[in-house]
Amino acid sequence: MSQSFDEITAQLKRRHRKSARLKWMSMGALILAATFLVVFIGDMLVKGLPAFQQAQIQVEVSYTEQSMQIPPAAVSDEARSLVSRGYLRLIPGRMRDNPELMGTTRMEWVLADSEVDQYLKGHYTRLSESHKRAVDRLKEAGRAELKFNTRFFTSGDSKMPELAGIASAAVGTVLTLIVTMAVCFPIGVMTAVYLEEFAPDNRLTQIIEININNLAAVPSILFGLLGLAIYINFFGVPRSTPLVGGLTLALMTLPVIIIATRTALRSVPDTIRQAAFGVGCSRWQVVRDHVLPLSLPGIMTGSIIGLAQAMGETAPLIIIGMVAFIPDVSTSFSNAATVMPAQIFTWAGEPERAFTEKTAGGILVLLAVLISLNACAVWMRKKFERRW
Amino acid sequence: MNQQTAQIDAHSAPNHERSPGQPVNHNEDANHALSIRVRDLNLWYGNNQALKNINIDIYQKNVTALIGPSGCGKSTFLRCLNRMNDLIRSVRVQGLVEMDGRDVNDAKMDEVALRRRVGMVFQKPNPFPKSIYENIAYAPRMHDLVSRKAEQDELVEQALRDAGLWNEVKDKLQEPGTSLSGGQQQRLCIARAIAVKPDVILMDEPTSALDPISTATIEDLMDKLKKQFTIITVTHNMQQAARVADYTAFFHLGEMIEYNDTRMMFSNPHTKKAEDYITGRYG
Amino acid sequence: MQTNQIFLLFCGVLLALGLAAFFMARAKATRTRASGTAMYAQPDQYAWFSVLITAGPAVLVSAVGAFAMLLLGAEIPTLYLLASSLAIAAIGLLLGLKQVRPDFHARQAIERVIQGILAAAAMVSIITTLGILLSIVFEAVRFFQMQSFWEFITGTIWNPGASFLAAAGRGDEAGSAAQFGSVPLFVGTFIITLIAMMVAIPVGLFSAIYMAEFAPDRIRTLAKPVLEVLAGIPTVVYGFFAAITVAPIVVDIAGVLGLDASYSNALAPGLVMGIMIIPFISSLSDDVITAVPDSMRQGSLALGMTKAETIKSVVLPASLPGIISASLLAVSRALGETMIVVMAAGMRPNLTANPLEDMTTVTVRIVAALTGDQEFESAETLSAFALGLVLFVVTLALNMVSVIMIRRFREKYRSNNL
Ligand SMILES: Nc1ncnc2c1ncn2[C@@H]1O[C@H](COP(=O)(O)OP(=O)(O)OP(=O)(O)O)[C@@H](O)[C@H]1O
Ligand SMILES: [Mg+2]
Repeated sequence: MSQSFDEITAQLKRRHRKSARLKWMSMGALILAATFLVVFIGDMLVKGLPAFQQAQIQVEVSYTEQSMQIPPAAVSDEARSLVSRGYLRLIPGRMRDNPELMGTTRMEWVLADSEVDQYLKGHYTRLSESHKRAVDRLKEAGRAELKFNTRFFTSGDSKMPELAGIASAAVGTVLTLIVTMAVCFPIGVMTAVYLEEFAPDNRLTQIIEININNLAAVPSILFGLLGLAIYINFFGVPRSTPLVGGLTLALMTLPVIIIATRTALRSVPDTIRQAAFGVGCSRWQVVRDHVLPLSLPGIMTGSIIGLAQAMGETAPLIIIGMVAFIPDVSTSFSNAATVMPAQIFTWAGEPERAFTEKTAGGILVLLAVLISLNACAVWMRKKFERRW
Repeated sequence: MNQQTAQIDAHSAPNHERSPGQPVNHNEDANHALSIRVRDLNLWYGNNQALKNINIDIYQKNVTALIGPSGCGKSTFLRCLNRMNDLIRSVRVQGLVEMDGRDVNDAKMDEVALRRRVGMVFQKPNPFPKSIYENIAYAPRMHDLVSRKAEQDELVEQALRDAGLWNEVKDKLQEPGTSLSGGQQQRLCIARAIAVKPDVILMDEPTSALDPISTATIEDLMDKLKKQFTIITVTHNMQQAARVADYTAFFHLGEMIEYNDTRMMFSNPHTKKAEDYITGRYG
Repeated sequence: MQTNQIFLLFCGVLLALGLAAFFMARAKATRTRASGTAMYAQPDQYAWFSVLITAGPAVLVSAVGAFAMLLLGAEIPTLYLLASSLAIAAIGLLLGLKQVRPDFHARQAIERVIQGILAAAAMVSIITTLGILLSIVFEAVRFFQMQSFWEFITGTIWNPGASFLAAAGRGDEAGSAAQFGSVPLFVGTFIITLIAMMVAIPVGLFSAIYMAEFAPDRIRTLAKPVLEVLAGIPTVVYGFFAAITVAPIVVDIAGVLGLDASYSNALAPGLVMGIMIIPFISSLSDDVITAVPDSMRQGSLALGMTKAETIKSVVLPASLPGIISASLLAVSRALGETMIVVMAAGMRPNLTANPLEDMTTVTVRIVAALTGDQEFESAETLSAFALGLVLFVVTLALNMVSVIMIRRFREKYRSNNL
């Protein structure tokens, strides 16, 4: 006679406890991973959100012959050390563009020095006590304020944190990615179509397949070595340009697109191919008119993910010199440029506190773009997901 | 025990008013001690009712066969008996499944304990990706049925012998269970189930994936095993039901239409539907 | 003439020839068909075939010519090149028109060409791998001509500082000779990878177990995208996080415990790298765990096993090859990870096992060697390629092993489908 329920249940107590332990442990692991994400995003927000504001102070600017020669003379001695030096340097240019300014004196909101900015944001600052008091007075009079930092989005890099912006890096990223996608999208899709629909099952095909898998696992920095040795040193493509950066990233993104496209092609059921062959379509016609249109959403999703990956890549671009200091926005494929992650990297290396804030601000922008791209990919996958 | 004996007396008496779960006719040679009593069992998958008012008494140390057209709820019913339906989220169960005086669906019933006593063999053999030996030793060891290695060896051998597999595998106990043929794998699964010494073994179409020779072996095995265990089996094969079962229940569209002594069921069915199905005019 | 103008001229004439080929071939085919002759292909197909045969060889010839001129320095007058490729196009046009015959399989010819183009595209990935391999090997060989291989593999002092002087022919002036012993770099890489794995494997694996076995659907649909977000964060961002946030915390905590930690300690990049790899491990493990057939779980549960016992004794052993394979891939990622260590780990080669000290890694030294202003020919620059070669070989080997294991895993469940 076997044991009764009560006997068995009693024996099971210990085992159930163990079972619960595994459940809680594994749940804890997931919570831990989620916590990492929350802490991380929270940290970036705390550090980066202030970058979207910048201190401005209202001072009297006198546009005289003298300020044309010696820009700092445009503001009073007292205000001079509180106003951004970079901003003062722009005064002669503005006077040249607007001749009617000459000889006038105006109360204007001007960009404050980054130390004033940090002081107003309540961060550590090297401002002297007397300057701090001066800022306090201005603030009480309503003449010192934190305003939205448009410059962060419209200007290029600068050695002065209050002037630095992400525009040149953003444009560089766009140019680089245009090259990347222009190269790797057609090649990737063609490769996948060949492997899925045309390739004979022979040794060469197998080698190509294994090779693609391996390529996907090659550390990205090695693509930088390839870019340096082959594109730059052998073919003479100019260094630091969106062209060489894009070509390097293209090789890196290639396996992502190939693998995604193959998955998409494979999910088109064979019955559709057979039906098309049945009405006398040739292999290429079947692919062009039936298989590719049906797998297009999958291909697009994979490409967006590949694009997002390329957009966040830094290491190979450092190797091929895309960490250059680029103060002006350039829209040429063959001028030196930088990209968003490389800009983040350079700023992270700057010693000033104000740059830490700029770095985190740039990170927030980059993350926003990447998360939107990924969300877009997930949404597309959901929307076009088809059960055959 | 006493209560069960009382029931035998009550129902061996002719012309007695039948209670809802009893077979129309009693098998004279059968053991009539009650193993599982099912009353008014209803089951829904979401809004779709898959079992309707099932009443059935399952007798100990007998083979009970469940037959019926595909989708009529045989597997669903079988899974109710060891609460494998708990694994399906949409399932809702109502009614009584009683074993050993306890309601199986009761909140206090531990489904793990239940499954210890109600084992199951599946349609497709599903040996674990372990050695033949480990496939069998794994559960008894977890249940503390064995304490020493020698005991464990003995138990493995006994289970394999009972399942009629010992002679074929005794020299390759360390080979993976998946290296056996389909019929051997299914017998390994039976050996695995009997090694934990359950009271009841549920078999869901255990031979449907097998060739005729393996099927015959497993049918013989069921006949032997019913000396120790209560066996409930689902089959689509009328001859198989006729050969191995003492009692047969006919299911149709979620209802149990007829429950009868197997010989009577196949020679003189009580209901029209069962007759049509058995004679092949339906289903 | 300017190159630009030549290029425009070439494109213009080619376009015109192509259009001519298309319409003339179509017209001819239509005419033939109208006269009642049965043809193997549609008029459009003849048209496309003519276009292909007109433009294809011409483009190819001009591309080869341009390549030879620009890169190999061949002296071909541009006008000759232009003229010859256009002549080839014209010949192609004539040939194409001649092929508009009822018994010519234009469609098959087109298909063959298309297949050829697709196959050529597929070769790009092979060429890429070869390119990586050759570029690295070639430069690495040059490095080993300057420095002893044995010294590189077994040396414990990495001090490339003086090598640029040697390259400038002033080697004797330097106080000490450059040394390229890579052991400290590998030890640093190994320790940081180890720390990362100690974070990523348990957290990733247990998260996967939770998601695959315990989580209600609602949590699963929520957690998957969250993990994907973690996976999509660029490494430069993780690097910043490690350097600015985590490293000071590590120093503070070590201080509280009475330990001395460097601000570029190995623990911070290791931990952050672990976080980075969690989603990688968890999503791969989740895949293999859910790939274990449900019949396995049911078989175990039907024997009266608890859920945890089923997971531990049946599901995990069954998915072990997949999990190991995922972990190997993760190790390979950690070894090759660059930005986190460049930003948060040290620059100083330091042979130690104490994760609170600063240490450097292979990738950090590759970046350091290639971002300075050295001559490309200096031993320091070339050392980057030697390190890159080692990295390539190791990650390739890890990847291969992992692919083999995952294939075994798949086959196991295929063979059991009776
Ligand atoms: N997991 C499930 N979710 C929803 N409905 C289910 C599920 N399993 C079974 N059903 C439904 O319950 C009904 C009974 O199914 P069941 O599998 O019990 O039939 P069966 O008699 O075992 O059939 P077969 O002879 O084909 O095995 C069917 O209508 C089926 O569609
Ligand atoms: Mg069934």
